[in-house]
Amino acid sequence: MPVIPINYYIFLSLALFTIGIVGVLTRRNAIIIFMCIELMLNAVNVLLVAFSKMHHVAAFATDRATTAGTEAQLFVFFIMVVAAAEVTVGLAIIVMLYRNIHSVDINFLNRLKH
Amino acid sequence: MSKYVFLIPLLPLVGFMINGLGRNFLSRMLVNIVGCGVLIASFVVSLLVFREVAAPGATPMVIRYFDFIKAGGLDIQASFLVDQLSALFLLVITGIGSLIHVYSTAYMHEETTAHYARYFAYLNLFVFSMLLLVLGSNFVVMFIGWEGVGLCSYLLIGYWFENKSYNNAAKKAFVMNRIGDLGFLLAIFWMLSQFGSIAYADVFSKASTAPTTVLTGITILLFVGAMGKSAQIPLYTWLPDAMAGPTPVSALIHAATMVTAGIYMIARSNVLFTLAPISQNLVAIIGISTALLAATIALKQNDIKKVLAYSTVSQLGLMFLALGVGAYTAGVFHVMTHAFFKALLFLGAGSVIHAMHHEQDIMKMGGLRKKLPITHITFLIGCLAIAGIPPFAGFFSKDEILTAALEKHPVYYVLALATSLMTAFYMFRLYFLTFSGKFRGSHEQEHHLHESPVPMTLPLIVLAILSVVGGWIGIPAVFAENAHLLSNFLSPVVASVRPAHPAIHLTHSSELALMGGVLVLILVMIVLASKKFAKENIDTAEPSGFSAVLSNKWYVDEIYEAIVVRPINWISSFLSRVVDNKLIDGLVNGVGKGVQFSARQFRLLQSGQVGSYILIMMIAIILFFIFQLFWKL
Repeated sequence: MPVIPINYYIFLSLALFTIGIVGVLTRRNAIIIFMCIELMLNAVNVLLVAFSKMHHVAAFATDRATTAGTEAQLFVFFIMVVAAAEVTVGLAIIVMLYRNIHSVDINFLNRLKH
Repeated sequence: MSKYVFLIPLLPLVGFMINGLGRNFLSRMLVNIVGCGVLIASFVVSLLVFREVAAPGATPMVIRYFDFIKAGGLDIQASFLVDQLSALFLLVITGIGSLIHVYSTAYMHEETTAHYARYFAYLNLFVFSMLLLVLGSNFVVMFIGWEGVGLCSYLLIGYWFENKSYNNAAKKAFVMNRIGDLGFLLAIFWMLSQFGSIAYADVFSKASTAPTTVLTGITILLFVGAMGKSAQIPLYTWLPDAMAGPTPVSALIHAATMVTAGIYMIARSNVLFTLAPISQNLVAIIGISTALLAATIALKQNDIKKVLAYSTVSQLGLMFLALGVGAYTAGVFHVMTHAFFKALLFLGAGSVIHAMHHEQDIMKMGGLRKKLPITHITFLIGCLAIAGIPPFAGFFSKDEILTAALEKHPVYYVLALATSLMTAFYMFRLYFLTFSGKFRGSHEQEHHLHESPVPMTLPLIVLAILSVVGGWIGIPAVFAENAHLLSNFLSPVVASVRPAHPAIHLTHSSELALMGGVLVLILVMIVLASKKFAKENIDTAEPSGFSAVLSNKWYVDEIYEAIVVRPINWISSFLSRVVDNKLIDGLVNGVGKGVQFSARQFRLLQSGQVGSYILIMMIAIILFFIFQLFWKL
């Protein structure tokens, strides 16, 4: 089986992350910003899994019983769980926001400044 | 006896504490008892200590009390040294101190009790400091006493602190003394770095190992200290102004004891000075110049205390001449006799001032001989003693200084002789103007003229006796071989160094002839003074020409004012106006204003736009990565 070089994963992750960043910076819709944050988190997840696999394959070549390099995959699950919790809270906030000001435009959320 | 040495300074300190703290509720009688009692007790202990030291075969006692400063290699002990020199000074200080305390009880009787107690507290503190000064076994303890006497001098000159000019006189004395003290302090530091110790024993035993230049530097700095304390050119101007204090204070501090601290210090470090001929010459030159200058000023002063003050400066100059030519014993001898007759003269003057209701102008006195018989007789004895008439005390000590000066260099001799002649003239001018002729003051003053009470006349009589016999412990070899008791007594500590090649070698007969010649000249001076001032009508016209220069003290105060005081005032006002107000304040306020300003600018970043925060965060992260990855440090 041909192995996909690690560079591909890195560039994919970079692209996803950049899309996320640009989305957060340019969009004003809170929901879209939220999605972009998720995109950034998952870009990191992709990278974690890719490196994890790479290290595991390298270690597996010498020792068949090794579990080296698999911790990152566990870490990805943590991130997913935290992201899910965050989405729950975040979406709830957005719903409450919408009920109050009938908009999800973050540029209206500058009341603390005044 | 060494067990009880600590009592000598401790007793006056206790007296200071009691009188100082209890000044508001102690009765006058108690103040008297405490103030004089501690001094007399201290005198008795000093006598016992002296007797022990004077016993044949006595060795110097070093009594250690505790570690004063101990840090690394530095070890400064709080310890006392009792040897012949300090024992002699102990006697002079506590003895004359006791007499002056007794005298003060009558002289200061017009003061309110609280001020009266304050006066005695200061006086006791002064004696404590002075005893510390002479008892210390290293330069640091001496310096503590040195500063203490300076402080007490300041406090007592400014005793009548309601009078602004008295306060100024006190400040002047303090500042002048500080200049000298700096020299002393530097000398201590230098000795510490050179010898690793400031105990007399260590310093003097290692002195010959140090290079001459270093010794010269140290001794000149020591002498700068002595200049301040003992009122020598250029720091002498404080002493005449110090007459603002009560007269007994002038007698004790500014004539008999404190001002001789410089002599004591140099006599104590005679080992160093002998090894540094340049400093010795400097001491002699400064000494004789001061003696001459002060004597000329004294010729034209009309304030009874000012004449005595300039006379003191002049006599101190002679003592420094003696030290400078290596006749340390003669210097110490003159300190002692001078303490007797100058204290006597000051106390006599105090008695006159007391009788005249605080009138100090001798032009307003005259004819006091009949009204103040005891004061008159004792004052006359003082004058004879200071003029150098045998067999009074001053004759022996002055003659010894003159002889030593002649052996060193004839110029010193001529100048010292001129000083002595002027001394005789102005002292008898003072005497005749005060006691003979007819009274020139107001009727009221004349009506109230009275002899002083016993507590004042008793010290006068005792001091008069001392002024007569005090010189007999130093009879020169021309009269009797080996009769110079003082020189024999002091020889273990202070050995006079005779020049190896005296400029003029004196045989006994030529010495006697010189002595006779000097005596005749002095008598001529006295006769001149009597011709000029013992008559009924005294010329009281304003002085003109050269005598105006003299009566204005060579305008030294004015010169100092112009070249020192004014520039310093100008610099301080410049520093205050420009440096402090503009620069320092500008800097401090500038920091505050800068922070406020930048805060106002940075506040604008806080826009509330979440996007802009994230943008800044991003830029920061990217910069961080660039630094981390591409900036190879």
